[in-house]
Amino acid sequence: MRRATLAAVALALGVAAVAAQTTPRDERRSGFTFMGPTTQAMQRDDMANPGMLFVLEGEELWSAKAGAAGRSCADCHGDASATMRGVAARYPAFDTTSNGAIDLAGRIDQCRTARQEAPSLPRESRPLLALTTYVAHQSRGMPITAGEDPRLAPALAAGKTLYEQRLGQLNLACSHCHDDNWGRTLGSAPIPQGHPTGYPIYRLEWQDIGSLQRRLRTCLTGVRAEPFAYGAPEYIQLELFLTSRARGMTMETPGVRP
Amino acid sequence: MNARALVNVPKTATAGSVIEIRALIQHPMETGFRPLPNGGLVPRHVIDRFECIYDGETVFVAELHPAIAANPYIAFRTVATRSGELVFRWTDDRGAVREERAAITVT
Repeated sequence: MRRATLAAVALALGVAAVAAQTTPRDERRSGFTFMGPTTQAMQRDDMANPGMLFVLEGEELWSAKAGAAGRSCADCHGDASATMRGVAARYPAFDTTSNGAIDLAGRIDQCRTARQEAPSLPRESRPLLALTTYVAHQSRGMPITAGEDPRLAPALAAGKTLYEQRLGQLNLACSHCHDDNWGRTLGSAPIPQGHPTGYPIYRLEWQDIGSLQRRLRTCLTGVRAEPFAYGAPEYIQLELFLTSRARGMTMETPGVRP
Repeated sequence: MNARALVNVPKTATAGSVIEIRALIQHPMETGFRPLPNGGLVPRHVIDRFECIYDGETVFVAELHPAIAANPYIAFRTVATRSGELVFRWTDDRGAVREERAAITVT
């Protein structure tokens, strides 16, 4: 009798584990909630959050003239606090020129080369990160709305496949950690659910601001896979899947993460 | 030093009260110990000294060294004595200086 009850409990747990594979909506938690109280305090306080230094740098670049056109971002887009509010929350968005998904940094660089006629900014370069942080910061506190455009369906499906695909010598998919084992620890580090709510983030380990692509690169090398090149469509598809998975969650840019 | 800095000083305070002052600056704080792919070292580049001058009087000085994280954040307390200007000055080992100013009204 007792054995039968135990078996029933084990079966029920097994079923629960299968059901938990896609984290239910109401259980979604920002990476912020997995951090220690001191790191949380650092993010909450704009005077202690080092990400704010890059927001300031981006603000300077926003009104600096660049390129052959001699125009600044502000010359066309005006006051970012009004015109850029909510913009980052819908990225990655559909891009008609490439007929695919484009991320916020990609859009900023596209604007820079096409409208400002300035040389392209390399991925992970300080000016591009600072501008992206500044623009994304304007959406802080707003819900993520990315991935609603039906034209993004193929890129979104590709992102989901990548998320569930086993990679690297450790043969792990993103979902194995971030859906099946979130809340547990990897060494001493808690495994978060992988919602990109605060990007670009100031990561204490990097002692610098960095993009989601840089963070994904860290995960890829962690499973001993060869990382994609910066700006690769795979990163943007993954970002699109992750942001749609986090749809409705609050933007935190600039986030602080350990 | 072309760096962004954030200082937080209360705008007003009562005379004799203890106020908290916080200063954050953008700086690589490169230790000089990190190897380059070619076997050389990344040149050392750290802020050496931070000082806070309150209405002409130096109230806080810190010596900084390698192993202090990039973008150093310094918080300290002082007594609000009189209305005036606070000057924050960071000096790095290449001689670059960054100054930030904030005013306080003491009642």
